[in-house]
Amino acid sequence: MGPGSGVTCDITLNTTLTPEERRRFQDPGTITRLLHQSRTIAMVGLSSDSQKASSFVATYLQKAGYRIIPVTPRAGVILGETTVPDLASLPGPVDLVVVFRPGHECLRLADEAIAAGIPAIWFQLRIQAREAAERAARAGLTVVLDRCIKMEHGRFAGTLHWGGMNTEIISARKARLPA
Amino acid sequence: MTEPRSRRFGFDTRMLHAGHIPDAVVGARAVPIYQTTSFVFDDADTAAQLFELKQYGNIYTRIGNPTTAVLEERLASLEGATGAVATASGMAAQLVTFMTLLAPGDEIVSSSHLYGGSMTQLTHTFKKLSLTTRFVDPTRLEAWEAAITPRTRALYGETVGNPRGSILDLEPLARLADSHRIPLIVDNTFATPYLCRPIEWGATIVVHSATKFIGGHGNSIGGILAESGKFDYSHFSTIADPSPSYHDLRFYENFGHYGFLMKARAETVRDTGACLSPMNAFLLLQGLETLSLRMERHVANAGAVAGFLRDHPAVAWVAYAGLPDHPDHALATKYLGGRPGAVFSFGLRASAGEARDKGRRFIEALQLFSHLANVGDARSLVIHPATTTHQQLSDAELAAAGVAPEMIRLSIGLETLEDLLWDLDQALLATSR
Repeated sequence: MGPGSGVTCDITLNTTLTPEERRRFQDPGTITRLLHQSRTIAMVGLSSDSQKASSFVATYLQKAGYRIIPVTPRAGVILGETTVPDLASLPGPVDLVVVFRPGHECLRLADEAIAAGIPAIWFQLRIQAREAAERAARAGLTVVLDRCIKMEHGRFAGTLHWGGMNTEIISARKARLPA
Repeated sequence: MTEPRSRRFGFDTRMLHAGHIPDAVVGARAVPIYQTTSFVFDDADTAAQLFELKQYGNIYTRIGNPTTAVLEERLASLEGATGAVATASGMAAQLVTFMTLLAPGDEIVSSSHLYGGSMTQLTHTFKKLSLTTRFVDPTRLEAWEAAITPRTRALYGETVGNPRGSILDLEPLARLADSHRIPLIVDNTFATPYLCRPIEWGATIVVHSATKFIGGHGNSIGGILAESGKFDYSHFSTIADPSPSYHDLRFYENFGHYGFLMKARAETVRDTGACLSPMNAFLLLQGLETLSLRMERHVANAGAVAGFLRDHPAVAWVAYAGLPDHPDHALATKYLGGRPGAVFSFGLRASAGEARDKGRRFIEALQLFSHLANVGDARSLVIHPATTTHQQLSDAELAAAGVAPEMIRLSIGLETLEDLLWDLDQALLATSR
C-alpha cells in the first residue's frame, strides 16, 4: 500500500508531542509496519453510536480488511462483532489494541494490554497518555501516541490525500499497489 | 548524510512534489488530469460509507477530484497548513470560508484595505445572509479591538492590501483574534506562500485567488483556502454542533483538526457548487511548480520599477512597501523580507482637474504593459482605477475609497527590466507633454 519511499518524511503537523516524543511514538516506519502486519485489532471504547469518531474509524478499518474486536463494558454486537468487557476477555490473540478512552483510564489499559500479551498499543489523537505510553514501551510493546489510526492509514494508503489534506509525504517513487 | 527518516523537504522541492506521488500502475510523472464528473464505486456498502464520510474517496468532482487534490495538498504544504480546499475562484474561496464559519447574525471585523470585489461581497452579498462586516483602518490595532463585539466570529485582512500596498501586522492581530477565541483569516494572494506564510505568524485560515501568482500565467480562474489545524473549534457552533445535513454528525469532534476543512468541502462547496474544474487545477499546478522562480523575478523587477518611478519627475508618489520611505516598510521587512510582492500603485503628477484625463492618456501611451483587470500574470499589467473599476465614483467618493484619480495600479511581470522602464518612461513623457 501507499507511496514508495515516502515514509522517510518527517510528519510534524497536528500533534502535541515534542520532536523526541514524536521519534519514539509517531515514527512513520513503525506506524506503517503496524498497519501492514496487523490483522486483528481490539478497539477499546468503540461506540455503538454510528456517528461517533470511534465508529467512523472502526468502519473504515473493517473496509480496509482488519477484523475489529469491540472492547466495552456493554454486552452486545457492534459493527457485526460481539463485544468483550476488557482486554483479558479477548476471544483470541490480537495484533494491536487501539484506545478511544480518556487519559485517566490509559494506565490501567496499558497494564491490561501488557498482561494480555498484546504486542502493540495505539492511543488515539489528543488522548493524554504519556505515562501509559512510557509504561507500555518499557514492557516492550510497540506504542503509538496522539495519532488517529484512520488518518494514518489514509495517509500512507494515499486516500487521505484525496481530501486535500497535507500528508507531508514527498516521494518521486512510484506508489505501491495494496497488498 | 543525515538520517532520511527525519527529512523535512524545502519549499522548492514541495512546490514540485507535494501532493503528487506517481501512481502505482501508470506512473505518470506529470499530474494526470482526471477530466471526469464522477467516480465508480467499489460496491454498494462503500458507496454508502463514502456519502456518510466514513471512507476517504472520490464521489463527484463538485466535492473533490484527484487532480484538484494535488493542488490542494501542494498549497497546504507550501502554506504550512493541515489541508486545503480549492474553489472556482478567489471570491469563492472567501465565500466558502465565511459561509462555513458563520451563521446569520454573526459579524466579521475586516481591514478596509481590501480588493474592491471583496469589499462588495463582504458588504452587500453578506447583508443578504444577515452577516455584518465592520471595516477598520488595518494600521490601527485599537480600531480592530474596538470593532469586536460578542457576535464577531472572525478577523479578516490581506497580507498586502489592494491597491494601496499596506502590510497587515499579522502577529499582534493573531494574538488579538486568539484572545477572543476567533480565527484570523488572511488573504495571501499578493504575497504567495513563497514571500509570506501567515499561519507561521498565527493566522488560522489563508485564502487565495489562485488566478494570480499561484497560476501565474493569466489562463485560469481559481481559488483555494487552507487551514492551520491548530484552532480549537469546540466552542464554535457552526463547526462543533451536530450537523442536520449529515445525520447530526459533529464535524469537529469527529474529524478533529480536519473538521473545518471537511465541513467546508462536504457542506459548503457541495451546496454552493463553487468547485474548481480539474483542467484549471492542472493549469494552476503548472504555474505553482515555478512559483519561487517567478516570484524572485517579480519582486526584483517590482523593486526596480518602484525605485525608478519614485525618482521620476512625472510621478507624484509610489505606494510600495518595499521602498524605505513607505510607512509599512518595517512590516514589509518583518513579514515579507522587504519584498512585498509585485503589485503596487503610484500617482501621476497632475492637478486635481486633469488627473483622470492624464491617467487615461498614460494608459493609452503604454506599449508593453497590458491594460486589463487582473494582477499576477507573468506579463506586466496596468489599470487606471478611476476610469475603470471605480469609474462611476465622483472624485470625493474616490477619495473615500482610497482611490486617488491620479492613481495607476501596476502588476509587474517577468519581462526584461530595461524594457519595462523604457515603456513607463516613454508613456510618462507622452502624458506630461
